[in-house]
Amino acid sequence: MKKKFKSNLAKFAMITPISLWMYIMVALPFLYIILISFMHPGTYGGVELGVTLDNYKELLNPLYLVTFGRSIVMSTAVTCVCLLLAYPFCYFVAKKNDIQKKILMSCIMITFCVSMIIRLFMWINLLRSEGAVNHFFINIGWIQVPLKLVYSNMGAMIGLIYMLLPFMILPLFNSIEKIDYTILEAACDLGAKPFQSFINITIPLTKPGIFAGSVMVFIPSMGLYFVTDLMGGSKTLVIGNLIKNQFITARNWPLGAAMSVILMLITYLLLKAYQMAGGSMDDLSGM
Amino acid sequence: MIKQKKKKTVGALRNLYIMLLILFLYVPIAMVVLFSFNTSEMNIVFEGFTLKWYGSFYENRTLMESLENTLIIAVASTFISVVIGTIGAVGLGKYDFFGKKMVDALLYVPIVIPEIVLGVALLSLFTLMDLYMGLGTMILGHVTFCIPFVVISVRARLAGFDKSLEEASMDLGGNHLATFCNVTLPLIMPGVVSGAMLSMSLSLDDIVISFFCSGPGSTTLPLKILDMVKHGVSPEVNALSSIITFIIIICISLDAGAQLKKVKLGTI
Repeated sequence: MKKKFKSNLAKFAMITPISLWMYIMVALPFLYIILISFMHPGTYGGVELGVTLDNYKELLNPLYLVTFGRSIVMSTAVTCVCLLLAYPFCYFVAKKNDIQKKILMSCIMITFCVSMIIRLFMWINLLRSEGAVNHFFINIGWIQVPLKLVYSNMGAMIGLIYMLLPFMILPLFNSIEKIDYTILEAACDLGAKPFQSFINITIPLTKPGIFAGSVMVFIPSMGLYFVTDLMGGSKTLVIGNLIKNQFITARNWPLGAAMSVILMLITYLLLKAYQMAGGSMDDLSGM
Repeated sequence: MIKQKKKKTVGALRNLYIMLLILFLYVPIAMVVLFSFNTSEMNIVFEGFTLKWYGSFYENRTLMESLENTLIIAVASTFISVVIGTIGAVGLGKYDFFGKKMVDALLYVPIVIPEIVLGVALLSLFTLMDLYMGLGTMILGHVTFCIPFVVISVRARLAGFDKSLEEASMDLGGNHLATFCNVTLPLIMPGVVSGAMLSMSLSLDDIVISFFCSGPGSTTLPLKILDMVKHGVSPEVNALSSIITFIIIICISLDAGAQLKKVKLGTI
């Protein structure tokens, strides 16, 4: 009897803190955000009780629809560029020996740890009209007038790609490294051209990495408002900017909450699709 | 002969691509270090070499205050999330209970959801609860997104865990607490450490959650720099960032060096 009690006590002590924290700090705020999205905005920010669908109707405003569309196009483009940049890199690194692999992947890990905001700021310095990149291209005579590389869509793209590229590289590398090269050799022996075996064997085998990397780039790219704030032009570029503006500047919380709900839905649908395609949630933690 | 030459060129091109991509990732980091030695206060051209920013950044009071806040938040939230996350991961692995599936699902939410959604959700909740926005709320926010990473890295260690060791300890008269401290914890320690390091680096660098959970007078270093970027960052920030970067690079290199040794020993 006493032993049973002690065992229960141990169980209680181990699962209560984490369960409570997750329910109170994750489940509760998200439920509350959904609730807010059906309420009226207060005069000075905050919310007033009541049930309305006005906030969702407001979202149909072309202004917001355009931004949502633009954000999704932007995220798709960023994801594609990251995939195209990362795939050859991971493929080449995977063919190196263990020591070189370790060193090169440590180089990627280090960039994760250096302050995001400082790296971003240095890109702005490099890319602006009088910055080093434009200076270089003018000096070698490729261009006459400085390119508008920052404070434009292009700038926002560069910023997002730079920030999110490591998130593509890590899962991709993990799955490319696991390829069993004997299969490729077999294909070669059976007469497959390198290109054929790449399309028919390598890509299908590395699908888990491609999917996991794409999800890990696409989803955050919709919310990284500070990157587009700093490097994008005057136009609102991603959904994250819209949400931040509603909560901080315009102080229309219910509208911002409705936008957040839409962003949550997009995330949820993407993850469902990812799971249906056979993706594992654990691959998304970056480890 | 021609084939061999072709192979060599392909190899060189591959190495060139690897170098270019690493360069792309490292250019801004190199620039920070370079400009931390710049005599000019503008971060545009390099005018001359100086060490004065390294001598003066700690005299910049607002900068130091934000650094202090950042460190307090990082240490506190790492400690709390490691304790809750480690105990929780072991508990979730061992016991079945009502609502366990829900907790498991909730653990993935902070990892996958765009940070801004968690940020505004926490902001709304804290406002509803009428909490004072400051270091306290920021720590609450940081712990929330750190716990899942601790749980995942501890869980990875638990996967290869021999349950009979715990049973043996219990049979030999150890109580639950003694078994946990003397048997379970040492075995999962590497997972706990990597979870702690991950939490620490996430917390030190966080912008979005900090932004929504902060209040007057509780700026962190990343928020401070974000604020400065619009008006121009002082070279003192470059100096401070360079120091932090060096510490990080040394830590990671030590870790990688230790693993390299293992690889080398393994190949012999």
